[in-house]
Amino acid sequence: MPLKLLKSLTATALAVGALGWVVTRPMPLPASSFDVLAGDAAKGEAVFWAAGCASCHTAPGVEETEEPVLQGGQAFASPFGTFHAPNISADPVFGIGNWSVADLGNALLRGVSPEGHHYYPAFPYTAYTHMQPADVADLHAFLLTLPASATPSQPHDMPFPFNIRRSNGAWKWLYLRGDWVLKTADTPEVERGRYVVEGLAHCAECHTPRTPLGGLDVKNWMKGAPNPSGPGRIPAIHPDDLKWTEAEIAYYLETGFTPDFDSAGGHMARVVSNFARLPKSDREAVAAYLKALP
Amino acid sequence: MKRLSLALAVAAFGFASAPAFAQGFSGHVKARQGQFRVLAINLGILGSIAKGETPYDAATAQAAADTIVAVSMINQPPLWPAGSDNMAIEGTRALPVIWENMADVGAKWGALGEAAKGLQAAAGTDAAAIGAALGPVGGACKACHDTYRAPQG
Repeated sequence: MPLKLLKSLTATALAVGALGWVVTRPMPLPASSFDVLAGDAAKGEAVFWAAGCASCHTAPGVEETEEPVLQGGQAFASPFGTFHAPNISADPVFGIGNWSVADLGNALLRGVSPEGHHYYPAFPYTAYTHMQPADVADLHAFLLTLPASATPSQPHDMPFPFNIRRSNGAWKWLYLRGDWVLKTADTPEVERGRYVVEGLAHCAECHTPRTPLGGLDVKNWMKGAPNPSGPGRIPAIHPDDLKWTEAEIAYYLETGFTPDFDSAGGHMARVVSNFARLPKSDREAVAAYLKALP
Repeated sequence: MKRLSLALAVAAFGFASAPAFAQGFSGHVKARQGQFRVLAINLGILGSIAKGETPYDAATAQAAADTIVAVSMINQPPLWPAGSDNMAIEGTRALPVIWENMADVGAKWGALGEAAKGLQAAAGTDAAAIGAALGPVGGACKACHDTYRAPQG
Protein backbone atom coordinates (compact mmCIF):
# COMPACT_ATOMS: atom_id res chain seq x y z
CA MET A 1 0.00 0.00 0.00
CA PRO A 2 2.68 2.54 0.91
CA LEU A 3 4.54 1.47 -2.24
CA LYS A 4 1.41 2.00 -4.30
CA LEU A 5 0.98 5.43 -2.72
CA LEU A 6 4.60 6.27 -3.43
CA LYS A 7 4.17 5.17 -7.03
CA SER A 8 1.10 7.28 -7.54
CA LEU A 9 2.77 10.25 -5.85
CA THR A 10 5.79 9.83 -8.09
CA ALA A 11 3.56 9.58 -11.12
CA THR A 12 1.70 12.72 -10.07
CA ALA A 13 4.95 14.58 -9.45
CA LEU A 14 6.25 13.53 -12.85
CA ALA A 15 3.00 14.57 -14.50
CA VAL A 16 3.07 17.95 -12.75
CA GLY A 17 6.72 18.36 -13.64
CA ALA A 18 6.08 17.44 -17.25
CA LEU A 19 3.10 19.78 -17.38
CA GLY A 20 5.27 22.49 -15.85
CA TRP A 21 7.96 21.85 -18.43
CA VAL A 22 5.40 22.07 -21.19
CA VAL A 23 3.73 25.14 -19.74
CA THR A 24 6.97 27.04 -19.23
CA ARG A 25 8.57 26.29 -22.61
CA PRO A 26 9.08 29.19 -25.01
CA MET A 27 6.48 29.10 -27.76
CA PRO A 28 7.59 30.84 -30.93
CA LEU A 29 5.24 31.45 -33.83
CA PRO A 30 5.15 29.10 -36.81
CA ALA A 31 8.10 29.92 -39.07
CA SER A 32 5.76 30.76 -41.94
CA SER A 33 3.92 33.56 -40.08
CA PHE A 34 5.95 36.35 -41.66
CA ASP A 35 7.01 34.71 -44.93
CA VAL A 36 5.09 36.75 -47.43
CA LEU A 37 5.79 40.17 -46.01
CA ALA A 38 8.19 42.74 -47.38
CA GLY A 39 8.49 45.51 -44.81
CA ASP A 40 7.91 49.17 -45.71
CA ALA A 41 10.21 51.38 -43.63
CA ALA A 42 8.10 54.51 -44.19
CA LYS A 43 5.03 52.81 -42.74
CA GLY A 44 7.18 51.27 -40.04
CA GLU A 45 8.11 54.69 -38.73
CA ALA A 46 4.52 55.29 -37.58
CA VAL A 47 4.48 51.84 -35.94
CA PHE A 48 7.76 52.68 -34.22
CA TRP A 49 6.45 55.90 -32.65
CA ALA A 50 3.11 54.35 -31.74
CA ALA A 51 4.89 51.46 -30.02
CA GLY A 52 7.10 53.86 -28.06
CA CYS A 53 10.31 51.84 -28.61
CA ALA A 54 12.59 54.87 -28.25
CA SER A 55 11.17 55.89 -24.88
CA CYS A 56 12.82 52.91 -23.19
CA HIS A 57 15.58 51.79 -25.56
CA THR A 58 17.56 55.04 -25.88
CA ALA A 59 20.42 55.67 -23.43
CA PRO A 60 19.44 57.30 -20.13
CA GLY A 61 18.93 61.05 -20.32
CA VAL A 62 19.41 61.60 -24.06
CA GLU A 63 17.32 64.19 -25.89
CA GLU A 64 14.57 63.04 -28.21
CA THR A 65 15.50 62.94 -31.90
CA GLU A 66 14.00 61.85 -35.21
CA GLU A 67 16.60 59.08 -35.49
CA PRO A 68 17.14 57.74 -31.99
CA VAL A 69 20.14 55.56 -31.15
CA LEU A 70 18.52 52.51 -29.56
CA GLN A 71 21.58 51.43 -27.61
CA GLY A 72 19.69 50.57 -24.40
CA GLY A 73 20.89 51.13 -20.87
CA GLN A 74 17.87 52.61 -19.11
CA ALA A 75 17.18 50.81 -15.81
CA PHE A 76 13.68 49.82 -14.68
CA ALA A 77 13.28 48.87 -11.04
CA SER A 78 10.51 46.42 -10.12
CA PRO A 79 9.55 44.31 -7.10
CA PHE A 80 11.25 41.38 -8.86
CA GLY A 81 14.57 43.02 -9.68
CA THR A 82 16.00 45.70 -11.95
CA PHE A 83 15.70 45.37 -15.72
CA HIS A 84 18.07 47.03 -18.17
CA ALA A 85 16.67 47.82 -21.60
CA PRO A 86 18.90 46.10 -24.18
CA ASN A 87 20.51 47.42 -27.35
CA ILE A 88 17.97 47.11 -30.19
CA SER A 89 19.91 49.30 -32.62
CA ALA A 90 20.73 48.14 -36.15
CA ASP A 91 24.16 46.83 -35.07
CA PRO A 92 24.45 43.21 -36.26
CA VAL A 93 26.43 42.08 -33.21
CA PHE A 94 25.22 44.17 -30.28
CA GLY A 95 21.78 45.06 -31.61
CA ILE A 96 19.18 43.43 -33.84
CA GLY A 97 20.78 44.11 -37.22
CA ASN A 98 20.88 40.38 -37.98
CA TRP A 99 17.33 39.64 -36.96
CA SER A 100 14.78 38.39 -39.48
CA VAL A 101 11.21 39.67 -39.46
CA ALA A 102 10.25 36.38 -37.79
CA ASP A 103 12.83 36.98 -35.04
CA LEU A 104 11.31 40.39 -34.35
CA GLY A 105 7.81 38.91 -34.52
CA ASN A 106 8.63 36.22 -31.96
CA ALA A 107 10.15 38.82 -29.66
CA LEU A 108 7.16 41.17 -29.92
CA LEU A 109 4.27 38.71 -30.08
CA ARG A 110 5.59 35.82 -28.01
CA GLY A 111 8.35 37.30 -25.84
CA VAL A 112 10.83 34.76 -27.25
CA SER A 113 14.39 35.59 -28.32
CA PRO A 114 15.99 34.31 -31.55
CA GLU A 115 17.89 31.81 -29.37
CA GLY A 116 14.54 30.52 -28.05
CA HIS A 117 14.70 32.04 -24.57
CA HIS A 118 11.97 33.91 -22.73
CA TYR A 119 12.16 37.66 -22.37
CA TYR A 120 11.06 39.24 -19.11
CA PRO A 121 7.72 41.03 -19.34
CA ALA A 122 9.27 44.44 -18.60
CA PHE A 123 9.33 44.22 -22.40
CA PRO A 124 5.58 44.68 -22.96
CA TYR A 125 4.92 41.72 -25.24
CA THR A 126 1.57 41.14 -23.53
CA ALA A 127 0.52 44.29 -25.41
CA TYR A 128 2.60 43.78 -28.58
CA THR A 129 1.07 40.31 -28.93
CA HIS A 130 -1.85 42.13 -30.61
CA MET A 131 0.42 43.42 -33.41
CA GLN A 132 -0.50 42.70 -37.01
CA PRO A 133 2.24 40.79 -38.92
CA ALA A 134 2.38 43.57 -41.52
CA ASP A 135 3.15 46.12 -38.79
CA VAL A 136 5.95 43.87 -37.49
CA ALA A 137 7.47 43.66 -40.97
CA ASP A 138 7.22 47.43 -41.45
CA LEU A 139 8.71 48.09 -38.02
CA HIS A 140 11.56 45.70 -38.81
CA ALA A 141 12.33 47.61 -42.00
CA PHE A 142 12.31 50.94 -40.15
CA LEU A 143 14.47 49.74 -37.23
CA LEU A 144 17.19 48.80 -39.71
CA THR A 145 17.28 52.40 -40.97
CA LEU A 146 18.18 53.74 -37.50
CA PRO A 147 21.81 54.22 -36.38
CA ALA A 148 23.80 51.19 -35.21
CA SER A 149 25.52 51.27 -31.83
CA ALA A 150 28.19 48.84 -30.64
CA THR A 151 27.20 49.23 -26.99
CA PRO A 152 26.82 45.87 -25.22
CA SER A 153 23.48 45.24 -23.52
CA GLN A 154 23.70 45.10 -19.74
CA PRO A 155 22.44 42.00 -17.91
CA HIS A 156 19.32 42.32 -15.79
CA ASP A 157 19.81 42.42 -12.05
CA MET A 158 17.42 39.73 -10.86
CA PRO A 159 17.58 37.82 -7.57
CA PHE A 160 16.64 34.13 -7.32
CA PRO A 161 14.13 32.75 -8.35
CA PHE A 162 13.37 35.46 -10.88
CA ASN A 163 16.75 35.01 -12.54
CA ILE A 164 15.46 31.68 -13.92
CA ARG A 165 14.17 32.72 -17.33
CA ARG A 166 12.09 29.59 -17.61
CA SER A 167 9.86 30.95 -14.83
CA ASN A 168 8.61 33.49 -17.36
CA GLY A 169 6.88 30.60 -19.10
CA ALA A 170 4.53 30.13 -16.15
CA TRP A 171 3.99 33.88 -16.00
CA LYS A 172 3.15 33.97 -19.70
CA TRP A 173 0.75 31.07 -19.25
CA LEU A 174 -1.13 33.30 -16.79
CA TYR A 175 -0.85 36.68 -18.48
CA LEU A 176 0.11 36.44 -22.16
CA ARG A 177 -3.32 36.42 -23.73
CA GLY A 178 -4.37 37.32 -27.21
CA ASP A 179 -7.85 38.56 -26.28
CA TRP A 180 -8.89 42.20 -26.05
CA VAL A 181 -9.94 43.83 -22.80
CA LEU A 182 -12.57 45.88 -24.64
CA LYS A 183 -14.40 42.89 -26.11
CA THR A 184 -16.39 44.67 -28.81
CA ALA A 185 -15.31 47.72 -30.76
CA ASP A 186 -18.45 49.28 -32.17
CA THR A 187 -16.84 51.57 -34.75
CA PRO A 188 -13.70 51.38 -36.90
CA GLU A 189 -12.35 54.34 -34.90
CA VAL A 190 -12.75 52.53 -31.56
CA GLU A 191 -11.24 49.42 -33.13
CA ARG A 192 -8.19 51.41 -34.26
CA GLY A 193 -8.00 53.03 -30.80
CA ARG A 194 -8.10 49.60 -29.20
CA TYR A 195 -5.22 48.44 -31.37
CA VAL A 196 -3.18 51.52 -30.47
CA VAL A 197 -4.01 51.58 -26.72
CA GLU A 198 -4.11 47.86 -25.87
CA GLY A 199 -1.46 46.90 -28.43
CA LEU A 200 1.18 49.26 -29.79
CA ALA A 201 1.23 52.04 -27.20
CA HIS A 202 0.87 49.59 -24.26
CA CYS A 203 -0.85 52.29 -22.15
CA ALA A 204 -2.05 49.76 -19.56
CA GLU A 205 1.53 48.94 -18.53
CA CYS A 206 1.51 52.09 -16.40
CA HIS A 207 -2.18 53.07 -16.17
CA THR A 208 -3.47 49.71 -14.89
CA PRO A 209 -2.58 48.24 -11.47
CA ARG A 210 -0.81 44.90 -11.22
CA THR A 211 -1.49 41.65 -9.39
CA PRO A 212 1.02 40.43 -6.77
CA LEU A 213 2.63 38.35 -9.55
CA GLY A 214 3.15 41.45 -11.67
CA GLY A 215 0.46 40.77 -14.28
CA LEU A 216 -2.05 43.42 -15.28
CA ASP A 217 -5.20 43.47 -13.16
CA VAL A 218 -7.62 43.73 -16.09
CA LYS A 219 -10.62 44.10 -13.75
CA ASN A 220 -9.20 47.54 -12.91
CA TRP A 221 -8.30 48.40 -16.50
CA MET A 222 -6.94 51.98 -16.81
CA LYS A 223 -7.91 52.77 -13.21
CA GLY A 224 -4.49 54.19 -12.33
CA ALA A 225 -1.56 52.60 -10.48
CA PRO A 226 1.50 53.44 -8.39
CA ASN A 227 4.28 55.07 -10.42
CA PRO A 228 6.66 52.20 -11.30
CA SER A 229 9.69 54.49 -11.39
CA GLY A 230 9.37 56.75 -8.34
CA PRO A 231 6.94 58.46 -6.01
CA GLY A 232 3.41 59.43 -6.97
CA ARG A 233 0.73 57.69 -8.98
CA ILE A 234 0.03 57.20 -12.66
CA PRO A 235 -3.46 58.68 -13.07
CA ALA A 236 -6.60 56.75 -13.93
CA ILE A 237 -7.73 57.35 -17.53
CA HIS A 238 -10.92 55.31 -17.32
CA PRO A 239 -14.00 57.42 -18.22
CA ASP A 240 -15.24 57.13 -14.60
CA ASP A 241 -12.16 59.10 -13.55
CA LEU A 242 -11.00 61.15 -16.52
CA LYS A 243 -13.70 63.65 -17.46
CA TRP A 244 -11.91 65.31 -20.37
CA THR A 245 -13.72 65.45 -23.73
CA GLU A 246 -12.42 63.41 -26.65
CA ALA A 247 -11.08 66.60 -28.24
CA GLU A 248 -9.23 67.46 -25.01
CA ILE A 249 -7.64 63.99 -24.83
CA ALA A 250 -6.55 64.20 -28.47
CA TYR A 251 -5.09 67.70 -27.96
CA TYR A 252 -3.24 66.52 -24.84
CA LEU A 253 -1.67 63.66 -26.82
CA GLU A 254 -0.60 66.14 -29.50
CA THR A 255 0.78 68.96 -27.34
CA GLY A 256 1.10 67.71 -23.77
CA PHE A 257 -1.30 70.41 -22.61
CA THR A 258 -4.10 69.39 -20.24
CA PRO A 259 -7.45 71.20 -20.57
CA ASP A 260 -6.26 73.78 -18.02
CA PHE A 261 -2.90 74.07 -19.80
CA ASP A 262 -0.80 72.31 -17.27
CA SER A 263 1.63 70.09 -19.14
CA ALA A 264 2.60 66.41 -19.15
CA GLY A 265 5.33 65.27 -16.78
CA GLY A 266 7.60 62.27 -16.25
CA HIS A 267 7.49 59.39 -18.68
CA MET A 268 4.20 60.70 -20.12
CA ALA A 269 6.08 63.64 -21.64
CA ARG A 270 7.89 61.10 -23.84
CA VAL A 271 4.66 59.31 -24.65
CA VAL A 272 3.17 62.62 -25.81
CA SER A 273 6.21 63.27 -28.01
CA ASN A 274 5.58 59.88 -29.63
CA PHE A 275 1.87 60.51 -30.11
CA ALA A 276 2.59 63.94 -31.59
CA ARG A 277 4.31 62.14 -34.49
CA LEU A 278 1.23 60.02 -35.29
CA PRO A 279 -1.67 60.99 -37.55
CA LYS A 280 -4.37 63.07 -35.85
CA SER A 281 -6.81 60.22 -36.56
CA ASP A 282 -4.80 57.94 -34.24
CA ARG A 283 -4.95 60.43 -31.36
CA GLU A 284 -8.70 60.76 -31.91
CA ALA A 285 -9.01 56.98 -32.03
CA VAL A 286 -7.29 56.69 -28.65
CA ALA A 287 -9.74 59.21 -27.21
CA ALA A 288 -12.71 57.34 -28.72
CA TYR A 289 -11.42 54.06 -27.28
CA LEU A 290 -11.00 55.50 -23.78
CA LYS A 291 -14.53 56.87 -23.84
CA ALA A 292 -15.83 53.47 -25.01
CA LEU A 293 -14.46 51.62 -21.96
CA PRO A 294 -17.29 50.14 -19.88
CA MET B 1 23.31 75.57 35.11
CA LYS B 2 24.84 77.82 32.53
CA ARG B 3 25.49 74.78 30.40
CA LEU B 4 21.91 73.59 30.78
CA SER B 5 20.44 76.90 29.71
CA LEU B 6 22.81 76.98 26.76
CA ALA B 7 21.66 73.49 25.80
CA LEU B 8 18.05 74.57 26.16
CA ALA B 9 18.68 77.64 24.06
CA VAL B 10 20.32 75.53 21.34
CA ALA B 11 17.47 73.05 21.48
CA ALA B 12 14.90 75.83 21.34
CA PHE B 13 16.67 77.39 18.38
CA GLY B 14 16.74 74.07 16.58
CA PHE B 15 13.09 73.54 17.34
CA ALA B 16 12.09 76.98 16.19
CA SER B 17 14.31 77.13 13.14
CA ALA B 18 13.17 73.89 11.49
CA PRO B 19 9.60 75.08 10.79
CA ALA B 20 10.96 78.49 9.85
CA PHE B 21 13.01 76.87 7.09
CA ALA B 22 10.04 74.85 5.92
CA GLN B 23 8.00 78.06 5.75
CA GLY B 24 10.73 79.73 3.75
CA PHE B 25 10.57 76.91 1.21
CA SER B 26 6.81 77.09 1.04
CA GLY B 27 7.20 80.65 -0.24
CA HIS B 28 9.64 79.47 -2.89
CA VAL B 29 7.31 76.67 -3.92
CA LYS B 30 4.37 79.08 -4.15
CA ALA B 31 6.42 81.42 -6.33
CA ARG B 32 7.52 78.58 -8.61
CA GLN B 33 4.04 77.19 -8.99
CA GLY B 34 2.54 80.65 -9.33
CA GLN B 35 4.69 81.52 -12.31
CA PHE B 36 3.74 78.21 -13.95
CA ARG B 37 0.06 79.02 -13.27
CA VAL B 38 0.48 82.37 -15.00
CA LEU B 39 2.00 80.53 -17.96
CA ALA B 40 -0.85 78.00 -17.99
CA ILE B 41 -3.60 80.65 -17.86
CA ASN B 42 -2.10 82.61 -20.74
CA LEU B 43 -1.39 79.45 -22.75
CA GLY B 44 -5.03 78.60 -22.15
CA ILE B 45 -6.11 81.90 -23.72
CA LEU B 46 -3.96 81.24 -26.78
CA GLY B 47 -4.82 77.53 -26.95
CA SER B 48 -8.52 78.34 -26.94
CA ILE B 49 -7.96 80.72 -29.87
CA ALA B 50 -5.82 78.15 -31.70
CA LYS B 51 -8.50 75.48 -31.32
CA GLY B 52 -11.19 77.85 -32.55
CA GLU B 53 -13.12 77.84 -29.26
CA THR B 54 -12.59 81.58 -28.84
CA PRO B 55 -12.58 84.04 -31.76
CA TYR B 56 -9.17 85.49 -32.65
CA ASP B 57 -8.52 88.91 -31.18
CA ALA B 58 -5.10 90.42 -31.83
CA ALA B 59 -4.89 92.50 -28.64
CA THR B 60 -5.93 89.61 -26.37
CA ALA B 61 -3.52 87.22 -28.07
CA GLN B 62 -0.63 89.68 -27.96
CA ALA B 63 -1.15 90.44 -24.27
CA ALA B 64 -1.18 86.73 -23.44
CA ALA B 65 1.96 86.03 -25.48
CA ASP B 66 3.75 89.06 -24.03
CA THR B 67 2.92 87.81 -20.53
CA ILE B 68 4.38 84.39 -21.33
CA VAL B 69 7.59 86.04 -22.52
CA ALA B 70 7.66 88.15 -19.34
CA VAL B 71 7.37 85.04 -17.14
CA SER B 72 10.12 83.35 -19.14
CA MET B 73 12.42 86.22 -18.13
CA ILE B 74 12.02 85.62 -14.38
CA ASN B 75 15.40 84.66 -12.96
CA GLN B 76 14.97 81.10 -11.72
CA PRO B 77 17.85 80.14 -9.39
CA PRO B 78 16.53 82.08 -6.35
CA LEU B 79 13.27 80.14 -6.58
CA TRP B 80 15.00 76.75 -6.38
CA PRO B 81 17.01 76.59 -3.13
CA ALA B 82 18.70 73.28 -2.35
CA GLY B 83 16.49 71.06 -0.21
CA SER B 84 13.20 72.16 -1.81
CA ASP B 85 12.71 68.96 -3.79
CA ASN B 86 9.86 66.47 -3.49
CA MET B 87 11.90 64.06 -1.35
CA ALA B 88 12.64 66.77 1.22
CA ILE B 89 9.35 68.70 1.44
CA GLU B 90 5.64 68.29 0.78
CA GLY B 91 3.68 70.08 -1.87
CA THR B 92 6.12 69.95 -4.78
CA ARG B 93 6.74 67.61 -7.70
CA ALA B 94 10.27 68.97 -8.28
CA LEU B 95 12.60 65.97 -8.47
CA PRO B 96 15.98 66.02 -6.66
CA VAL B 97 17.73 65.47 -10.02
CA ILE B 98 17.06 69.17 -10.77
CA TRP B 99 19.82 70.12 -8.32
CA GLU B 100 22.28 67.73 -9.96
CA ASN B 101 21.74 69.29 -13.39
CA MET B 102 21.15 72.98 -12.75
CA ALA B 103 22.94 73.99 -15.96
CA ASP B 104 20.66 71.76 -18.04
CA VAL B 105 17.58 73.03 -16.20
CA GLY B 106 18.72 76.57 -16.97
CA ALA B 107 19.20 75.72 -20.63
CA LYS B 108 15.71 74.23 -20.79
CA TRP B 109 14.24 77.35 -19.17
CA GLY B 110 16.10 79.33 -21.83
CA ALA B 111 14.52 77.14 -24.52
CA LEU B 112 11.10 78.03 -23.13
CA GLY B 113 12.06 81.69 -23.53
CA GLU B 114 12.96 81.13 -27.18
CA ALA B 115 9.70 79.30 -27.85
CA ALA B 116 7.80 82.09 -26.06
CA LYS B 117 9.37 84.66 -28.39
CA GLY B 118 8.09 82.63 -31.32
CA LEU B 119 4.62 82.80 -29.82
CA GLN B 120 5.00 86.54 -29.27
CA ALA B 121 5.89 87.00 -32.94
CA ALA B 122 2.95 84.86 -34.10
CA ALA B 123 0.29 86.37 -31.84
CA GLY B 124 -0.44 89.30 -34.16
CA THR B 125 -1.02 87.09 -37.21
CA ASP B 126 -3.93 84.68 -36.75
CA ALA B 127 -5.22 81.61 -34.93
CA ALA B 128 -3.35 79.18 -37.19
CA ALA B 129 -0.02 80.91 -36.59
CA ILE B 130 -0.65 80.80 -32.85
CA GLY B 131 -1.44 77.09 -33.04
CA ALA B 132 1.80 76.40 -34.86
CA ALA B 133 3.82 78.48 -32.39
CA LEU B 134 2.24 76.70 -29.42
CA GLY B 135 3.90 73.44 -30.52
CA PRO B 136 7.45 74.46 -29.56
CA VAL B 137 6.19 75.92 -26.28
CA GLY B 138 4.55 72.62 -25.41
CA GLY B 139 7.78 70.92 -26.46
CA ALA B 140 9.78 73.12 -24.08
CA CYS B 141 7.42 72.28 -21.20
CA LYS B 142 7.69 68.56 -21.91
CA ALA B 143 11.45 68.58 -22.40
CA CYS B 144 11.86 69.75 -18.82
CA HIS B 145 8.98 67.83 -17.23
CA ASP B 146 10.18 64.60 -18.80
CA THR B 147 13.23 64.53 -16.55
CA TYR B 148 12.58 66.92 -13.70
CA ARG B 149 8.93 66.66 -12.65
CA ALA B 150 7.33 63.75 -10.79
CA PRO B 151 3.91 62.43 -11.84
CA GLN B 152 0.86 63.73 -10.01
CA GLY B 153 0.81 62.64 -6.33
